[in-house]
Amino acid sequence: MTSETGLREKLAYNETFSCVQCGYCLPACPTYISFGKETHSPRGRINLVKMAAEGKISIHDMANPIDLCLGCRACETVCPTNVEYGKILSSAVDVLAEYRKKERSRKSRLMRSIILHHTLPNKKILKLIGQGLYVLQKTKMTTVLRKSNIMSAFPKAIESMEAITPEIVLPVKRKRKGNSEIRDKQLRIGFFPGCVMDTFFAHVNDLSIKLLESAGCEVITIQEQGCCGALQHHAGEKKQAISLAKQNIEAYEKYDFDYIVNAIGGCGAALIEYHLLFDSTDTWHSRAKKFVEKNKDISEVLSMLDLSFKKDIDKVVSYQPSCHLTNVQGVVEEPIQLLQRIPGITYVAMQQKDMCCGSAGIYNIVHHEESLLILDNKMKYVKKNVPDVIVTTNPGCHLQMLLGIKREGIQDKIKVVHLVELIAEACDVG
Amino acid sequence: MEKLREKIIEELIRALGDPSRILTEDFDLFSYSFDASFGVFKPDYVCQPLETAEVVSIIKLAGMYEIPVVARGTSTSLSGGPLPIKGGIVLDFSLWNTKLEIDPENLTAIVSPGVITADINEKADEFGLFYPPDPSSAHVSTIGGNLAENSGGPRGLKYGVTRDYVLGLEVVTAKGKVIRTGGSTVKNVTGFDLTNLIVGSEGTLGIITEAILRLIPKPVATKTAMVSFDDLVDSGRAISKVLRSGIMPSKMEIMDQHSIIAVEEHALLGLPTDVEAILLIELDGHPLALEKEMELVSNACMMVNARHVQVAKDDHEAAQFWRARKLVSPAIAKIKPTKISEDATVPRSKIPEMFQQLKRIREKYNLHLVVFGHAGDGNLHPNIIADARDKDEMRRAEKAVEEIFETAIRLGGTLSGEHGIGNMKSPFMEMELGKDGLHMMRLIKEAWDPQNILNPGKIFPEPGQGFELSHD
Repeated sequence: MTSETGLREKLAYNETFSCVQCGYCLPACPTYISFGKETHSPRGRINLVKMAAEGKISIHDMANPIDLCLGCRACETVCPTNVEYGKILSSAVDVLAEYRKKERSRKSRLMRSIILHHTLPNKKILKLIGQGLYVLQKTKMTTVLRKSNIMSAFPKAIESMEAITPEIVLPVKRKRKGNSEIRDKQLRIGFFPGCVMDTFFAHVNDLSIKLLESAGCEVITIQEQGCCGALQHHAGEKKQAISLAKQNIEAYEKYDFDYIVNAIGGCGAALIEYHLLFDSTDTWHSRAKKFVEKNKDISEVLSMLDLSFKKDIDKVVSYQPSCHLTNVQGVVEEPIQLLQRIPGITYVAMQQKDMCCGSAGIYNIVHHEESLLILDNKMKYVKKNVPDVIVTTNPGCHLQMLLGIKREGIQDKIKVVHLVELIAEACDVG
Repeated sequence: MEKLREKIIEELIRALGDPSRILTEDFDLFSYSFDASFGVFKPDYVCQPLETAEVVSIIKLAGMYEIPVVARGTSTSLSGGPLPIKGGIVLDFSLWNTKLEIDPENLTAIVSPGVITADINEKADEFGLFYPPDPSSAHVSTIGGNLAENSGGPRGLKYGVTRDYVLGLEVVTAKGKVIRTGGSTVKNVTGFDLTNLIVGSEGTLGIITEAILRLIPKPVATKTAMVSFDDLVDSGRAISKVLRSGIMPSKMEIMDQHSIIAVEEHALLGLPTDVEAILLIELDGHPLALEKEMELVSNACMMVNARHVQVAKDDHEAAQFWRARKLVSPAIAKIKPTKISEDATVPRSKIPEMFQQLKRIREKYNLHLVVFGHAGDGNLHPNIIADARDKDEMRRAEKAVEEIFETAIRLGGTLSGEHGIGNMKSPFMEMELGKDGLHMMRLIKEAWDPQNILNPGKIFPEPGQGFELSHD
């Protein structure tokens, strides 16, 4: 059906053969559970990629199921034959992006280019957006905007996201340069603040740094750090993702850090898979590998350190892990152990906690209706055992959980915080 | 043709009153074209019913236009049961999971066909009850699919298969009539046993829309031992020895040396790789009785030359033992991607001989053949590890599978212990049942479904049909 040559090479066709179609991935897949169609299961998607590679269906036929995958990769965690789903998915995303490039109108190409190539990688612009929101919030303009119904003119997605956008706090001034001559601290850490995170959740980054410092680490935020490239990669802009990765690898190679630490599941997942962007014979592959080995989630490093807790937090706390932290980085126990170390806390595991909340990068914006189906499914479990606090580790999940409790009308009962915020509170750091 | 298709789609939508549960796009149809066996067969329509009346309407429509109807749960089948090999309508029951009622007074569960099997046991557990059938796919597969295929699982040794826990069914016949078979009582000898006829009929006699299942009191505790053998044949003898010592283990699983090595290379669990077989034995019952019983099991194994019996000291260690068994699949999938999993079953006394024959077949066809499975009930899983892209290897695998079936039947065994027949094993049916035996089954099929619209092409071989693993 397709005349495109080399489609088999472009799609991860060989990897599809590892799938024995046992269906063990079905109960782990949020889109299968929420939409109720095999087409939206990992097994179904792998089959469609195989069919497309064999020319039995067109690239166009594969588009909708691939677009609607959250990329949470919970299927990889449960797969008994270790199918590399992430690889199959991203090959399909890349093929689709190439296919669509030809069709895309000039206008939408421009929007896409502005967001992916100029806004996200450009910290100055993001900071401006952040500051703009900050000014709006401080001057109560958002209330005026919300009341004026102007927001309803925006698409539904923007409207509901706007309603939960957190109060913007500008990041504090950070240490930009380390002194490699002096090593009096126990760990030297390069902090990776991210871009979206540092706009909407700069205070979480600030608290992370303070916590690390209070536990005796030297923390440096290097100026040369750039966007991690996760959203570009997910959107099929592989070239852009590779160039961003090279930039970061090069930047951190200049420093002698014990760890490179981030507090953002999504970025962390992109960072620890940098080596997969390069062919194993490429020198960049080994450079990436070295970078990857140093990358850690904040919860991994905090759990190695002595934290001095000063305050009891007498609350019932649930944890919504980010898929990227669980399924890609494999960081599962550390956040829960950290939570349980906080004095006074009652930790209650959320049923089906490993099921994605539907945020998934920009999924909740581009596939808003579908993301709400997934979110509503999640909230069924939250409501079974209403906690005082839901802890997240990723800005996407954080915003999505806020949206979820708002949709359920329980925003007065439940608070949503980043893991770091809660620990900082208990350690009286801030 | 296109006009007729549109008309049928229109009528299906009218029957369900909800277009979102009628799938007709190519990408959806291909998603319902496979199971966990081999072959891809695209249906023409997929319907997702949520109540009996909807099934009745669809069946009547199918009869009117003579369209095949194939019931499907989550398609974990290893024998081709839910494959729409003649096209037609796939009835996807996976959404119809709305009813799961436990009746603790009568020790029964009433379920709709789309309920996930493990959920039944989980719900029963809340009442201190137990639904024993536990196919490895229980956390994915639907009870409807388990009933249709008469699924088994590791606990089959002590507790039997799905059939042993079905008291009654609601079934939609090929004519669109709703009938009830059996009932809610444990004893029921009224008339023909249609319940037992329908369970395991793979959707060829009727469509199951509700089931009343028998539950039993939950065993209080379990205990596990890992027993290693220098000689595969001794491990076979240990099975009979244990059973004759008066102990009925809940599970008795075997891993041969090839499985052990594959697991050890995959995960480094510290398994002995120089032994020819490992038996995993689980006992369940009262903790005090278990202590004594485990001693007897140990002795029985040592008497037939076991090298070592290691009893798990707690649940955690037991879970570690079972991890080894669970890792067999991923470990062997690393060797080559295509897994041909068979479930030929022999009388228990013939297990040692079956092992020897499998070893011969492995060498004759030069294939990666590993053996693991539910040895306690003779239900072995010879698995051939191949690569679907290697045509020559697949041909050799086909020949080897044929020979495995022939051997099992020659030893007084059966084609299927728990996976069903589907289209994979139908060519061998006559070999096991004889001409007249199979004819008797055909007569029943023709009487129940004269138009042959219910899952056509399954169980009964088509003229000239051979055993095939690749269909393109």
